[in-house]
Amino acid sequence: MRFISEFRRSELADGLISQIHRRSKTPARFMEFCGGHTVTIFRYGIRQVLPSTIEMVSGPGCPICVTANADLDKAIALSQIPDVIIATFGDMLKIPGSRTSLQEAKADGADVHTVYSTMDALKIAEDNSDKSVVFLGIGFETTAPTIAASILQAREEEIRNYYVLSLHKLCPPVLRAILDSGEVKLDGLICPGHVSAIIGSRPWEFIARDYGIPCVVSGFEPLDILQSVDMLVAQVENGESKVEIAYRRGVRPEGNQQALKLMGQVFEPCPAEWRGMGEVSDSGLKLRKEYQHFDAELAFDIVPGPCYEPVGCICGEVLRGVKTPADCKLFGKACTPQYPVGPCMVSSEGSCSAYYLYGGGFEG
Amino acid sequence: MKDKILLAHGSGGKLAHELVEGSFVKALANPLLAKLDDSAVIDFSGRLAFTTDSYVVSPIFFPGGDIGKLAVFGTVNDLAMSGARPLYLSLSFIIEEGLPQSELNQVVDSIQQAAEEAAVEVVTGDTKVVHRGSADKLFINTAGVGIIPEGVDVSGGNARPGDKVLLSGTIGDHGIAVLSQREGLSFSTQIESDCAPLGGLVAEMLAASPNIHCLRDPTRGGLATSLNELAKQSKVSIRIEEEKIPVQEEVLAACEMLGFDPLYVANEGKLVAIVPAGDADKVLKAMRDNRYGKSAAIIGEVKAEHPGRVVMKTCLGASRMVDMLVGDLLPRIC
Repeated sequence: MRFISEFRRSELADGLISQIHRRSKTPARFMEFCGGHTVTIFRYGIRQVLPSTIEMVSGPGCPICVTANADLDKAIALSQIPDVIIATFGDMLKIPGSRTSLQEAKADGADVHTVYSTMDALKIAEDNSDKSVVFLGIGFETTAPTIAASILQAREEEIRNYYVLSLHKLCPPVLRAILDSGEVKLDGLICPGHVSAIIGSRPWEFIARDYGIPCVVSGFEPLDILQSVDMLVAQVENGESKVEIAYRRGVRPEGNQQALKLMGQVFEPCPAEWRGMGEVSDSGLKLRKEYQHFDAELAFDIVPGPCYEPVGCICGEVLRGVKTPADCKLFGKACTPQYPVGPCMVSSEGSCSAYYLYGGGFEG
Repeated sequence: MKDKILLAHGSGGKLAHELVEGSFVKALANPLLAKLDDSAVIDFSGRLAFTTDSYVVSPIFFPGGDIGKLAVFGTVNDLAMSGARPLYLSLSFIIEEGLPQSELNQVVDSIQQAAEEAAVEVVTGDTKVVHRGSADKLFINTAGVGIIPEGVDVSGGNARPGDKVLLSGTIGDHGIAVLSQREGLSFSTQIESDCAPLGGLVAEMLAASPNIHCLRDPTRGGLATSLNELAKQSKVSIRIEEEKIPVQEEVLAACEMLGFDPLYVANEGKLVAIVPAGDADKVLKAMRDNRYGKSAAIIGEVKAEHPGRVVMKTCLGASRMVDMLVGDLLPRIC
């Protein structure tokens, strides 16, 4: 089986699209939580092929976008400390904090390395034993287990100059916060595929049970999304609300037990600050007591300075699904991928970036 | 000769002469170069195409090619994209001290083979050696000249509404091949760079129809960026169809893993041609008959409305904009 082109076949897509048009009678608003899904939806023009009964809204599932400015400032402040090497996933470099970005700090002489894996960060620490290496722990449940693994390996190999700035975010708690706020009324949720590959589908059950919202865990190809929308429509039309998995080639109800065990061994839940949503309890991860000596926040005296939000930027509301990028006065004018103001325009999974690059709402 | 390049190899002194005469002139043998005058002196008449490009690819050897091959084919292809028959190249090395002599020799041999395949001669050159850390192993600049045949007028500004858009083969092969060898990112793949000289293909296409309006090789920035350039230069819009664009399954898979869109990934042996509709089938046949155009396809057409815009019909039948590449998708791939 071809895992890519098979999931982009137009004749299969045509069948699904007709089925959705046939089945969908009740107006329904579906949120895709994940930024990866947002990109697929715009890249393939999925909104254009859905019936007018279905409205799609984008959610907060871009880990870089939801990182609070105050946390970005901390990362940048860390890069200014002598003999500190910052190791980070690439997308973080360009995100503007209150005053500058890591990319600019790097151009000014900060030692910032882009890595593709946490193990590369560990290697940098081994190779630079006279310096301290701080890995920027950004991401959802998908990246946290790999960072946990790097910490366990650092402990085993007695690498003492490796630290993590843990800015991890957990998805189910923030969805609860969004639903509790009552700002957006949802009739269905496309649950994130990669996050669910780790945590399984069970952590979404409260949404179906307590809020009566149908949930489908989706993959990332256009046929995956269409199939998930079709399954959501079926639930809506049947008056059901349950959690289903469309992404069966990647997700099991119980998730990845080994990854969850690693994560639980090293991290414990803590309150976390989300851009646009403020503090959400139990939605972050901090290092457990026995691993605290890897915690960059405790190891260094970080002085980030006062925190400012960019004037006019509505990334926060876009992330909550309350507004669309087109509602922003800066969109496409003061804020473009070349000269971004807010993080949703910078990150490759940001809604504003997807909207801009693929011409959201463009009918050509 | 010692086994490493030293600063003295670029000093103009004895070691420099040894390198130039012992390695370069010997390998690239031709009467114009062998004179070793300050300039190559060449007789010719006709319309001249003249171009230059610098090559800083890292790593310098990659599946399907190396920096030397790229430095010849890249410049030859820029000439071919003007409809010219490539003739002569200059070759300038900037070498980081400490580069193993064997690696330099390997690159020079590759340049020789590439020049032979592309039917061009390297007629002048220069060598500089810089301190360790001031360059990354080896940088190469080549400039090239070629002659444009009578009656040929190829320019990015010539696309007209109704024209067809042709692509010579699969996209993204070069970018993915280079990336698969990057330090810190090496992954296993069968993909090889598509690095190839396109002068012969262009000559055969022009023989099929001298009315070809535009030619462009989608290198850095990929197909998306080339089409945007053509749409802007010609003040037209270009409509392409996703399903018509050939992409290898492995390139698709690597792009998914890395979060790239193959439309933006570099090529080094592909071209886009914009051709009057009536000549499109003839040109397509000429492309498919050439070894570098076997999987050529008509991928779209030129429209008058929304000048400057590139729009793609997706596999779902929807439309979306195709913008230029923003920022650096793959730094330093050519």
